[in-house]
Amino acid sequence: MAANKKKSGMSSKALTRRETIAGYAFMLPSLVFFLGFVIYPMVQCIITSFFDSTMNREDIFIGLANYKELFTDPVFLGALKNTFIIVIVSVPVTCIFSLWVGSVLNNMSGPLCSLFRCVFYLPVVTGSVAVTVVWKWMFNNYYGIFNYLGKATGVLEKNINWLGDEKYALGCIILILITTSVGQPIVLYVSALNNVDQSLVEAAQVDGANHLQVFWKIKWAQIKPTTLYILVITTINSFQCFALIQLLTSGGPNHSTDTIMYYIYHTAFKLYRYGYGNAMGVVLAIIIAVLSAVQFKLTSEK
Amino acid sequence: MKTKFSKTKLYKVLAYLTIIILAIGFTFPLYWIITGSFKTPQAINATSPQWWPQEWTMANYEKLFSRQVAPLWEIHVPFTDIVFAGPEVPAALRWMGNTIFMAVAAMLLTCITAAMAGYALAKKRFIGRTIIFTLIVCAMALPKQVILIPLIREMSSLKLYNTLWATIFPIVGWPFGVFLIKQFAEGIPGEMMEAARIDGASEWRTFADVALPMIKPGIGALAIFTFINSWNDYFMQLIMLSSTSNLTISLGIAKLQAENSTDFGLIMAGAALAAIPIIVVFLLFQKYFTKGITMGAVKG
Repeated sequence: MAANKKKSGMSSKALTRRETIAGYAFMLPSLVFFLGFVIYPMVQCIITSFFDSTMNREDIFIGLANYKELFTDPVFLGALKNTFIIVIVSVPVTCIFSLWVGSVLNNMSGPLCSLFRCVFYLPVVTGSVAVTVVWKWMFNNYYGIFNYLGKATGVLEKNINWLGDEKYALGCIILILITTSVGQPIVLYVSALNNVDQSLVEAAQVDGANHLQVFWKIKWAQIKPTTLYILVITTINSFQCFALIQLLTSGGPNHSTDTIMYYIYHTAFKLYRYGYGNAMGVVLAIIIAVLSAVQFKLTSEK
Repeated sequence: MKTKFSKTKLYKVLAYLTIIILAIGFTFPLYWIITGSFKTPQAINATSPQWWPQEWTMANYEKLFSRQVAPLWEIHVPFTDIVFAGPEVPAALRWMGNTIFMAVAAMLLTCITAAMAGYALAKKRFIGRTIIFTLIVCAMALPKQVILIPLIREMSSLKLYNTLWATIFPIVGWPFGVFLIKQFAEGIPGEMMEAARIDGASEWRTFADVALPMIKPGIGALAIFTFINSWNDYFMQLIMLSSTSNLTISLGIAKLQAENSTDFGLIMAGAALAAIPIIVVFLLFQKYFTKGITMGAVKG
């Protein structure tokens, strides 16, 4: 009906023109910022990765040299390995942990549920810097509570220099990363589990299905899209883990906590090698894009 | 049947207990920041920690506020070297002011631009719409930080480096907001817009009177989301801001930590100053925030 009216009042060409002008007028302010401060730097990132680029000098085109150097740079390869360790440990732990917490919270009464949801979101809101400095104190060799608790309970015999020891530093980083990333997934899972069709659940219970069966056969199918989204954002987050590293260990000891993100920062803002840093950024973006695609494929398959 | 019943009950008790223990663990860092900021150096450096401060002191806060001074505000007259500077105050106050200014400006600009753009993407059938939307989705999936190196140069050439605008504009450009508002705007019934058009309302009137009230919850969610995220956007602030008077509170604390790495009382005072305001904001607007997170994920 509406479409007919439009056509009789205005030719479809004129309508398209009107819609296009109005559309772009409304898009304009946003597009200026989006194109200027997101797309333009992204394009620049790709272009500069083919140049030898530093401060106060014209860029020199060097083709693929930055990329070739990357794959023979032991620090980069180490950072790549550390990043993958962080992602491989923290992503599944974050997802499973938040799914479990989400399903427990979902069975609680309203106020209790929102109280705990807030609590688990707290480390995210507190901000990476405030969270990191307090963890640094808690992990401290002499004054930290972890060493105190460890000795008081008899688990540790002597103080461990958590962040200064290659064996433990990365593990500590992963632990903090997980506490600061479960907040959003829990919120998402609580709301997804709330939206699960209750009639299906009840029908299954009448048929004698137990909790686990109800969960896998009915709820899981309905929270799959949420799981996919959580997987993607948690992966991106873990890849971008930066503030923790910069403030806690600066990639040390002995490069044992270097991540790609930290190494990009180090290369660009300490060594001033912009082109090389950008090449790492491109590689990181490609890795994330591929992983997201794989996750999408895996979860959308029946 | 009986054993099964008690088994589920046992699980429930254990689950609740675990959640409570975890909740204590998750609140502990914040508790440790706040109590730590009021502890004496002896209590901080004790080998067996004081779970509750035996002696409360304001010394850490006094130290934090007496360390450095900065003018409360500085207004540059564009294209000249004239600067209007405010009274000298503790640098931490200036950092707080900078952070609030940055977060509010980022929030307002993001909400205005995203409301208009999200509405257009959802309701206007214009040429190039699909291309723009694809570009937005692709950009969102990429790591934000890869654009930081080129951004530095761009901001330098725009003479914005080491100004708060350098941290604000990239946040405004980040397309998550447009995406979020589009989700809300898709719920606007076509008949309502058609009716406004028949009444002879201009495009702008249709947007302001018909669409805007409908997408208000989305804008609320986006506002609080942007505020919190820009407050905590440490990496961007770190590379864009350098001079003492331009720091944000997060950066100030990070610097404090680098300069006095073992004065945990002082550092906790700074951390408390950075964290408490944003936590209060979060608790006040929690409802909108949750909504924003969940709406952003739909069709994600």
